[in-house]
Amino acid sequence: MAQAIAKSDYTGASHAPAKPTFELFTRPTAKTGLVGWLTTVDHKKIGLMYGGFAILFFLIGGLEALMIRTQLLVPNNRFISAQLYNELFTMHGTTMIFLAVMPLNAAFFNLLIPLQIGARDVAFPRLNTFSLWVWVVGAILLNVGWLSHFVPSWKFGGAPDVGWFGYAPLTSKIFTPDMSTDLWVLGLQVLGLSSIVASLNFIVTIINMRAPGLTMMRLPVFTWMALVTSFLLILALPAIAIALIEVMMDRNFGTSFFEVSGGGQPILWQHLFWVFGHPEVYILILPPMGYVSEILPTFSRKPLFGYPIVVFSGVAIGFIGFGVWSHHMFTTGMGTIATAAFSLATMAIAVPTGVKIFNWIGTLWGGRIVTRVPMMFALGFIWMFMLGGFSGIMHSAAPADAQQQDSYFVIAHFHYVLIGGATFALLAAIHFWFPKFFGRMVPEFWGKVSFWLIFVGFNATFFPMHFLGLNGMPRRTWTYDANMGWNEGNFFATCGAYLLGVGIFTYFAVLIWSFFKGQKCGNDPWDARTLEWSIPSPPPEHNFAAIPTVHARDGWWYEKTHKEEIAKEKAAHIKAEESHGGIHMPDQSWYPLFAAIGLLIGTYNFAQLHHPVVMFGNTVLASHLPLAIAGGVIMVLALYLWSLEGPGGYHLHIDEKGNIKESRGGSH
Amino acid sequence: MSSHAATGQIDHHHDHTTTTGIPNKKLLWWAFLASDCMFFGALISTHLIYRLNPPPGNAVPTQVFNIELTSFSTFILLMSSLLMALAVNAIQRGNIKSTRVMLLGTMFFGCIFLGGQVYEFAHFVAVKKMTLSNSIFGSTFYTLTGTHGTHVAIGVLLLGMMYVRTFKPTHGNGLIKNFVHLLAVCAVMGVSFIWLVPGLIEVVYGVPLTEMLHHAAVPLAVGAVALVATFVLGRTSGDVEFGEKNAGDVEAIGLYWHFVDIVWIIIFTAVYLLEYL
Repeated sequence: MAQAIAKSDYTGASHAPAKPTFELFTRPTAKTGLVGWLTTVDHKKIGLMYGGFAILFFLIGGLEALMIRTQLLVPNNRFISAQLYNELFTMHGTTMIFLAVMPLNAAFFNLLIPLQIGARDVAFPRLNTFSLWVWVVGAILLNVGWLSHFVPSWKFGGAPDVGWFGYAPLTSKIFTPDMSTDLWVLGLQVLGLSSIVASLNFIVTIINMRAPGLTMMRLPVFTWMALVTSFLLILALPAIAIALIEVMMDRNFGTSFFEVSGGGQPILWQHLFWVFGHPEVYILILPPMGYVSEILPTFSRKPLFGYPIVVFSGVAIGFIGFGVWSHHMFTTGMGTIATAAFSLATMAIAVPTGVKIFNWIGTLWGGRIVTRVPMMFALGFIWMFMLGGFSGIMHSAAPADAQQQDSYFVIAHFHYVLIGGATFALLAAIHFWFPKFFGRMVPEFWGKVSFWLIFVGFNATFFPMHFLGLNGMPRRTWTYDANMGWNEGNFFATCGAYLLGVGIFTYFAVLIWSFFKGQKCGNDPWDARTLEWSIPSPPPEHNFAAIPTVHARDGWWYEKTHKEEIAKEKAAHIKAEESHGGIHMPDQSWYPLFAAIGLLIGTYNFAQLHHPVVMFGNTVLASHLPLAIAGGVIMVLALYLWSLEGPGGYHLHIDEKGNIKESRGGSH
Repeated sequence: MSSHAATGQIDHHHDHTTTTGIPNKKLLWWAFLASDCMFFGALISTHLIYRLNPPPGNAVPTQVFNIELTSFSTFILLMSSLLMALAVNAIQRGNIKSTRVMLLGTMFFGCIFLGGQVYEFAHFVAVKKMTLSNSIFGSTFYTLTGTHGTHVAIGVLLLGMMYVRTFKPTHGNGLIKNFVHLLAVCAVMGVSFIWLVPGLIEVVYGVPLTEMLHHAAVPLAVGAVALVATFVLGRTSGDVEFGEKNAGDVEAIGLYWHFVDIVWIIIFTAVYLLEYL
């Protein structure tokens, strides 16, 4: 066994020669400071950056929501203009989905997958860095339009305003001639690229980098859900990529994919979008189901109830999730057969979801429940997600859906699923794993205060929307008349939104305080079950001094109860690894960052393709094409240098006292 | 060096360092190809949906297509897969020289296919008057086949990068030389598929050779110089880092290349042959 473990460290490639043959830029080695963060290949640092950016955008998206709610506070309000309102609801949706929940999930994928499978990093560390910076490029493209409101000479036409699902033909050049739509199209395209690259990396990591003994049916449920989500991403994103390419071709090169005058059919956009968009819903919710499946057993002091069926249900949800997209389109007149089929499939997908909920209840059943803050959020998740699920089943009945379509009832439904579901689970996860990555605890009292503020605020905001929707209030409405009977509901919802805002503020303020002043904690403050709790908090660069051997589904619980056996095993592993040259670590690199910068230059200019380049009032170039090409060339050059650079690497040596020594060059 | 290097045997089908035994790079490419299937699936669906719902005045495919030429270039593309397989076989036997020849051959066959597409596009626009914007058939046809052509072109670029990487020396810095080599290879391939192959097709269809040489004199001259440069830079005697251990890398690109060929079989059937039923 020791032999096999020593082998598992190899990348298969030869290690860095003493003097590299190809070098344009000196390979960065700084572990701290700006260069350290910009060029890092460490999955934990990348995960923290994903998390930091995602929380920033989560707060921005929240502010956008508060402005929307303020506008709807009273009838006939003129707090913001109708145009700004369009931009706000478009960017609120786009931001929360693509720039907050997805990257927060990506953050946890990065932070947790290698630790939960007992690996030292992901399969392709430099590709992982590339995904992060490509994601940043997408975030910039989507949000750069806001600058137009502050600098009038930047003529982006404001932020995107076509709604988060950008239905054709609204995205046609006739209706939205502004550049903002082009930036939205390219921004989403780039974010899709980032997600596909990251997902490919996670798929290979989970399938191929598991520690000895960690069979698929011993994987932590979170890692399982990450695997399913990654497959959903690589299979669903191409559909929207094509749809976006087709819009881009329509807007820039005169094709007529969605132009009725040229024979195009706007309905095609809806199909392509929802072929992506419905799996996307599960992309958002499956990782949260994973967090909850980790947190509930820990605080129930019991193993997860029915592990195989929880895993199977997750896979089934992912699978059926590809066959329900047209339930977003019941009112488009697809015909009775199609409508009936998608209705049935939608009801069917509720089954594995319900199975999971019963398993979570089974986990709680007879457990010794400890109501710490992560547990509170996890319990809140089960309850609130169920409420969202119930209104979801109501939508699956096509006749009922015809009444609810595009009303506030739908708004209530998906906020129960995405806040009560995904966000509650994410807040639980942040609280749960904060001690692991910062080495400090979040104070229990303030955590609970923020939980109750969020819980009450959330329900006060979105529960009244069910009634508003059934009373006929359409979504995306800028304002409403006082005699519609919607005044009280809207007033109540807006007050709830402010309370929710206070709760979210409290939550993150407490986190910031804890980062500096929180009580220090050890490896395993929650007495948890999975491998990440077996190593110091925060984890060292190499994660595991000895690659663990996994003997049971709850690997770390087994280790805690078989200390002698494990200690012997680990000593043997360390010795075997040291005799093979020590712990191999990947080298940092500039090129992923450079490639992303090339992509930024290329896409930013491509979005403005047909506009002249103007500098200080003078037209410098007739179009942005040369600049776009220049960006593309920079990217290809960076990828070329990246491919020549090789993985490189260095070794760490740990002596008996735990001191770490670094060595470079030479082979074994 | 990996542990099995000590025994002098490299197992090309099993990687002991991974959980499943599948090399990481190979698994990554397989997963990517699954993703790419959906990409082409969406595009081909778009084409077929609009094929069934043609607006009045849509282009008539059988009047536009030149099925003999497309059949020929399809055949060449399929043969390039054979050369790709031979390149993988050569590197698995540690024969770098043969690997290089086969890589160049694959790239050139890819360029013949691309050249056929360049001719086809130019011919359709200039003679058949079918553009991106004047019919929905033009929109879907050019976008679909253009996307596939882009995949082939990216494949040629990746093979070109792999080709020059086989010259990376074990000692000393040869980055600039390597880069010039890559530029030369790219120039040869670019001239081939933009000027040489379309020009030769026109010659086959009756344009005098002299007119073609005259018309594309400058690019062809540049291509000739680049070709000479490619061979001069390829005359290397020192030790190179590339070898049998890189078989997995060549195989990974091979997967992509074969996949793009398979996609073309589907496109050729669904877009071209279907119209003649």
